[in-house]
Amino acid sequence: MLRDITLGQYYPGKSCIHGLDARIKIIATLMFIVELFIVDNFIGFLIAAIALGLVIAVSKVPVGYIIRGLKPIMVILIFTFALNMFMVDGRILWQWGFLKITAEGLEIAVFMAIRLILLLMGSSMLTLCTRPIALTDGIERLLSPFEKVGLPAHDIAMMMTIALRFIPTLLEEADKIMKAQQARGADFESGNLMQRAKSLIPILVPLFVSSFRIAQELAMAMEARCYRGGKNRTRMNEMKLRKRDYIAIVFLIAFLAIIIVESRLL
Amino acid sequence: MNSIIKIENLIFEYTKENTDEGIRAINDVSLNIERGSFTAILGKNGSGKSTLAKNLNSLLVPTSGVIYVNGFDTADDEHIWDVRQSAGMVFQNPDNQLVSAVVEDDIAFGPENLGIDPAEIRKRVDKALEDVNMGKFRDKPPHLLSGGQKQRIAIAGVVAMKPECIIFDEPTAMLDPKGRSEIMSIIKELHDEGITVVLITHFMEEAACAERVIVMHEGKIILDGKPQEVFSHEKELRAVNLDVPLTIELATKLREEGVDVPRNIIEMEEMVEYLCQYK
Repeated sequence: MLRDITLGQYYPGKSCIHGLDARIKIIATLMFIVELFIVDNFIGFLIAAIALGLVIAVSKVPVGYIIRGLKPIMVILIFTFALNMFMVDGRILWQWGFLKITAEGLEIAVFMAIRLILLLMGSSMLTLCTRPIALTDGIERLLSPFEKVGLPAHDIAMMMTIALRFIPTLLEEADKIMKAQQARGADFESGNLMQRAKSLIPILVPLFVSSFRIAQELAMAMEARCYRGGKNRTRMNEMKLRKRDYIAIVFLIAFLAIIIVESRLL
Repeated sequence: MNSIIKIENLIFEYTKENTDEGIRAINDVSLNIERGSFTAILGKNGSGKSTLAKNLNSLLVPTSGVIYVNGFDTADDEHIWDVRQSAGMVFQNPDNQLVSAVVEDDIAFGPENLGIDPAEIRKRVDKALEDVNMGKFRDKPPHLLSGGQKQRIAIAGVVAMKPECIIFDEPTAMLDPKGRSEIMSIIKELHDEGITVVLITHFMEEAACAERVIVMHEGKIILDGKPQEVFSHEKELRAVNLDVPLTIELATKLREEGVDVPRNIIEMEEMVEYLCQYK
């Protein structure tokens, strides 16, 4: 059950999207998100959707795979949709008791839903097409200018690398503890929400303890391998912008320009 | 100077929380380990063998006494990285010593810390992967590998730092028999390539592969010598709750029955070879 989490997963591939420099992809994703908030009409969304569609097509990531990643957020999506639909005042289309659907509400609800879906699909493309390690490297490099004002860019990136590395290990650990507790008669599946939440405590406590033990062992192993922070450290894979990265930058600027023009003129 | 590790009157105490009194884990040990040798350190839990290993890598610093690794004092903060680069260390739990979510990036971790040129790191990583026979797993995340494979990656990560000596702290304790024999054959290969090997273990069969066996008990060295010599002290070994390798036990029993088994037979295959001539 714990293995079904697909959020933030990497989909291995050899497309040119996969091959882009991680820094470009991070910036592109950030720009895409900003653009979604600049847009104030459906044509803007159409342009964004076409751009996203192109990226997905080129990356060869199956659309079904991306949509499956959206499932956990479905609840939030439906909730915001309903909230917008019923709460906005305006021309009433349908009414039952205190519930009413207005034309304006419906429009805003659809608008917000499209925005959210595009937002999630766009940002999941980043993790689907970028090796986690390249992603953290990219973040480190993008944040490194801020090191002068005291931001520990290397440490942040190292923490993310280790977190990514240990998610499966901790899930395995949790699974093991759960099975050990079940073997001794613990029941995680019945009862109401409160009882179920309570029954998680005997899992969380040992998990917490063992994660401290893992951290200590890992720290020792890292020290034994001469880790001493980011200073004087080199990287095996250097980040260099190549031709395709510059082409991607051109596309990005074009996309930005179209969105700005569109939202100002229409 | 032919010893890579020189230990002089090492005492190590763990301090008990909230008190001044210490628990003595290593009690006055002196030891030289020769360059290019293969030494096994045997002992039960709590015999001080793991503590000794951590002292060799500056992870712990002697309470009293001195340790020189490759000529560097392990208590000297200035040379701590020289010590750690000279004497690499492989730990017991393969899961908790891998840093990166991709195999080859993990192997590159050590060389990256040393500030080595990227092109050279690439070369070393490729070589190390080949050394441990894991070339086709270079892009895999470690959690999809078996315990033995993970441990091989951990060894590759140390090999890529080009240490002169590698200390293995019970590297097979958490592995299945297949993983165990894989790791042992890699350790032997590394020794053949000229790396000094210190193997900490509680498996007799593994210790029998070494050129020199040191037995520790309650923080002291009680036996030290060639495997044949050490294993012939059956009584002393049993007294500290250690077993004798099956082959040695068999040889002793055969001798009691009047079969004259040569003293230098310690490995299973040699024994099989010897016994089969009676067919």
